[in-house]
Amino acid sequence: MSNTFELKMNVNGRDQIFDVHPHDRLSDVLRREGYFGVKVGCYTGDCGTCTVLFNNEPIVCCMMLAGQAQGASVLTIEGLSQGPKLHPIQEAFLDVGAVQCGFCIPGMMLSAKALIDENPDPTEDDAREALSANLCRCTGYERPVKAILNAAKQMKEGK
Amino acid sequence: MATRPEFDVVGKDLWRVDGRQLATGKPAFTDDYPQQGMLVGKVLGSPHAHARIKSINTSAAKALPGVHAVLTYEDVPKAKGPIGRRADLFNRVPYTRAGQDYPEPSPWDFFLLDDKMRYVGDRVAAVAAETEEIAKEALKLIKVEYEVLPAVYTPEDALAEGAPVIHDEPDVLNVKDPQRNVCAGVDVTLGDLEKAYSESDEILEGHYYSQRVQHGQLELHVAISYMDEDDRLVVICSTQVPFHVRRQLSTALGLPVGKIRVIKPRVGGGFGGKQEMVLEDICAALTVASHRPVRLEMDRYEDLTAARSRHPMRFKIKTGVKKDGKLTAIDMRALVDAGAYGSHSPTVPTNTGNKNLPRYKCDNVHYEFNAVYTNLPIAGAMRGYGTPQGAFALECHMDDVAESVGMDPLEFRLKNTVRPGDKDYLSPHIYEIKGISDTTGEGWPIDTCGLEDCINQGAEAIGWHEKRKAYAEHNATNPVIRKGVGMVCLSQGSGVAGIDTANATVKLNEDGSVNLLIGAADIGTGGDTVIAQIVAEVLGTDLDNVMVIATDTDVVPFDSGAYASSTTYVSGNAALKAAEEVKASILKVAADMSGEPADQLNLKKHHVVADSGEPVLVEGQPLTLKEVAMKAMYGHDYKEQIEHTAHFVSPVSPPPFAAQFADIEVDTETGVINVIEFVSAVDAGTIINPELAAGQVDGAVSMGLGQALIEEMLFDENGYAMNKGLIDYKLFKAVGMPKLQTIFVETYEPSGPFGVKAVAEIPVNGPAPAVANALKHAISVRVHELPLSPERVLRALGKM
Repeated sequence: MSNTFELKMNVNGRDQIFDVHPHDRLSDVLRREGYFGVKVGCYTGDCGTCTVLFNNEPIVCCMMLAGQAQGASVLTIEGLSQGPKLHPIQEAFLDVGAVQCGFCIPGMMLSAKALIDENPDPTEDDAREALSANLCRCTGYERPVKAILNAAKQMKEGK
Repeated sequence: MATRPEFDVVGKDLWRVDGRQLATGKPAFTDDYPQQGMLVGKVLGSPHAHARIKSINTSAAKALPGVHAVLTYEDVPKAKGPIGRRADLFNRVPYTRAGQDYPEPSPWDFFLLDDKMRYVGDRVAAVAAETEEIAKEALKLIKVEYEVLPAVYTPEDALAEGAPVIHDEPDVLNVKDPQRNVCAGVDVTLGDLEKAYSESDEILEGHYYSQRVQHGQLELHVAISYMDEDDRLVVICSTQVPFHVRRQLSTALGLPVGKIRVIKPRVGGGFGGKQEMVLEDICAALTVASHRPVRLEMDRYEDLTAARSRHPMRFKIKTGVKKDGKLTAIDMRALVDAGAYGSHSPTVPTNTGNKNLPRYKCDNVHYEFNAVYTNLPIAGAMRGYGTPQGAFALECHMDDVAESVGMDPLEFRLKNTVRPGDKDYLSPHIYEIKGISDTTGEGWPIDTCGLEDCINQGAEAIGWHEKRKAYAEHNATNPVIRKGVGMVCLSQGSGVAGIDTANATVKLNEDGSVNLLIGAADIGTGGDTVIAQIVAEVLGTDLDNVMVIATDTDVVPFDSGAYASSTTYVSGNAALKAAEEVKASILKVAADMSGEPADQLNLKKHHVVADSGEPVLVEGQPLTLKEVAMKAMYGHDYKEQIEHTAHFVSPVSPPPFAAQFADIEVDTETGVINVIEFVSAVDAGTIINPELAAGQVDGAVSMGLGQALIEEMLFDENGYAMNKGLIDYKLFKAVGMPKLQTIFVETYEPSGPFGVKAVAEIPVNGPAPAVANALKHAISVRVHELPLSPERVLRALGKM
C-alpha cells in the first residue's frame, strides 16, 4: 500500500511504532493493532464507545486522525488492569451490575478513570457529567454512576 | 400459591459469567474476529422511496482494481439464466428476514436482491472490495436508471383508493391483501359491545399515536462471513436468532442447512433489532460470490434507516364504564405502519392487543389491527414487541376513563385489573386465528400476579396520594412550573406460548464442573449468567463451575433465540431440566458409593447430602461432588460421560406485571418536561440475579423515557430520513436522567425455573404513558401523540 507513514506513540505504557495511512482514524489503527477494547458504535463521535485516554484526557478516537497521535500517550481498556488483577473501577462496575452488553463499558470506565484521577472525591453530579459523552442503551446510567462513586471511595481508601 | 424455597446461587448478585471478558476489553464481539484476507462489503441503497430499476450497469465497478464481487438483482434471476451467463448464482425466492420459528408468520415478501425499490435505502446492489475506499468508489461506479413510482408515507394514504401497490410482485407469500397494501390484520370480538355500551353510564372515546423510534443499540449491525477449510459457509454475526439466521440463509442462498455454521459471539445490544437477518444474507452472498471472507457493517445512518424500527401505530379506543368504575366494554383499533416489508407485522400488533387488554377485567372486548405497507423503512421487532404502543394508548385512555367517573386513576386500576386466578381471555382467541389451538380451556391461567402489590408499593415509593393532592393545589395557583404525578399498569409475557423452544446440554467434568451448552442468545442481557445460576443451583455448585458455551450452531442444541422475554423462562427451563437429569445421574453413582438410596440424596455446596441436609459419609469422609464425578468418569463400573440434553416448550406464557410511576415538572412557557423521579414496581416472579435484573429495568426506563420525550424518526416529502445519526436522533444521557427506583415484588411462578417470569421487556412499556398521565395531571390537558415534545405541550396549552 502506498502513502503509509510511521506513527510513534505510547500505548498502555509501551512505546510502539505503527504503519498507518494518512486517512486512518486513531480508532482504525488501535483496532487493527489488536486493541479490540476500543469499540466503534457510530464513527461520528456521538456514542463514546471509542473513548480512550489521550495524554490522560478522554477523547473519542474515531474522530481523531491517527497522525494527530504522533508522540502521544494513549491508554485503552487493555491497559487499565494489571495482568489478571482488575482495576478497582472494573471491579466496581461488575459489583453493581453496571456491565450489561459491555459495548459501552471500556469507554465508560476510561471516562471514569479520567474523572477519578482528576477528582478523587467525585459527587454524583460529577460522575454523571463525566459520563455525559458515553451513551449506554442497556442500563440507564444509574449503575455506572454508582460504580464510579464506589470505585472512587475504594481507591481513596486503598491509598 | 407456591412459595419460594431458599437458594444458594439463585437470587444472588453474582458477577456476569462474561463480566471479566467485557470489563477488560478482550475480543468478544463480531467485529473483534477479523479473518485473513477479509474484504469490505458495502450495500448501495436506493435513492428513491418507490422505483423500478430500468437498467443497471456494473461493468465499471467490476473493472475497478480491488473489487471482487458486485451483485445486483440480475444475479438473482427468477429462473436459471441463458446459457453462458453467470447469472444463475442465486435463485429468486421469497423469504422473510424476521427471526421467527418456521414457518415464519411474517410475510415472505423479500428477495435477496430485487429490481423494485420500496423505500429510500432499499438494496440496489452489493459490492465486496479490498478496502473501504475501493468499495465506496465501486458503489459510485454502478450506473442505475430508475423508473420512479409514486410513493406513500402513511398507512392512510397507502389504503386510499388508487394508491400505488408496494408489493405488486406475484411471487410474495403470506401477505394478507397485497393489492390494498395490507400486510396483516386481526379482528377479534368477545361478548356484545353494543349492548354493553347501552348499559354504560359513561362512554369515552380517545385517539392516540405512538411514533417510530429506534433500538439505538450501541453495537452496529455487523457480520463476518467466510468459507471454512471444508468449504462450509461460516457467518459470525451480531444476532438474537442464530438458528433462524442459519435456516433463512439456507433459503436465501440455496445452500443446505448443514453447509452453514452461524456463530454468535457477545452482542452489543439487540432490543429486537437483531431478531432479524438484517445483513447476514447479503454479506454471505458476497462471500459465496467472491470466495473470500467479507465483513459487512452498517454505519449509524444505515442502522437508523435500513435496519428496523418500532412500528408507528395510530389508535382509536372506545370504552364503556359504570358509575362505580366497572369497565363494561373496550374497543381498541390500531392502524399500523409496517414500512416497506412486513417483518414481524402480523405478530407485533397482535401483542399490542393481547399483552395489554387482558390486564383489565372486561366481558366485552373488541381488538382489531391493520398493518399496512408504506414506502418508509421497515418496522420490526423491538423490546416490548408492540406492547409499548398499546400501553401508551390504553393507559392514557384508562386515566381519562377514571376521570370520567370521578375516580383516582390508581383506585380505578385497583378495581379493574386482574388478580391471581383470573384468565387472559384474549390471547387464546388470537392464537386460534393463527391456527394454534388453545389447550388451556377458557383462556390462559394467570397463576401468579403481584400487580396489586406493585401498585401499592409503587404508590408508597413515589408518594402517590400526597403528591396527587399537593400538586393539584400547587397547579391551581397557576404557576409557570406545573407539577404532575402519573401511573400505569403493565403486563407482558414470558416467551411465546407453544412456539418458543429451547434445548440445553449439561456435561459433567471429572472435577464436578459442568459445561452448559445452550442455543439461547445472550444479547447483553445477562441471559448466559442467569441460566448458569439455575444450573449451579440444581447441581449444588458455584457459578464459576458452570462454563457456558453459547452460541455456535455447530456445537449447541437448537434454541428459538432471544426474544419475547423468553431467555430466563424458556431457555432457563430447558437448562433446569438438563441439570436435573445430570443430577439424577450423579446421585445414582453417589447411591452406589454410599449405599444410600438415590431418591434420598441431594447435592448442596459441592457435596452429596441426605434429604435432611446432613453430609453423606463414605469411609468416614463427607462425599464430594468431585469424588462422584471422578468415579463416574473413571470408575471401572462406569466410565461414562454424564451428559443430558433437555428441551422445553411452554403451553402458556405467564405474564409478568408492573406498575410504573412518574413524577414530573413542566415549564408552561417552554413546554419542556423534566422527569424528577421514576418508580418501577415489577412482578417478574423470582429474581435470579437482582443487580442484573434491576439493570434491565433501569435501561428499559431510559429507553422508554426516550420514547416519551425525545426520540422520533422524521422523514421528508421524498421519504428521506431527517435523522442522520446519533447527533440528531438523541438518546438519554447520564445527565438528564431522573432518579430511578426499582422494586421487585417477587412471586413464585410454578411453571418457571425456580419461580421466574420474564423481566426484560415489561419496564419499557410504561414510561411514555406514565409521563403522559403525569402531564395530564400537571396541565389538565391530554396530549395524544408521542413524543411529548415542547411543541406538543405548548400546542396543548394553546400557546402555539
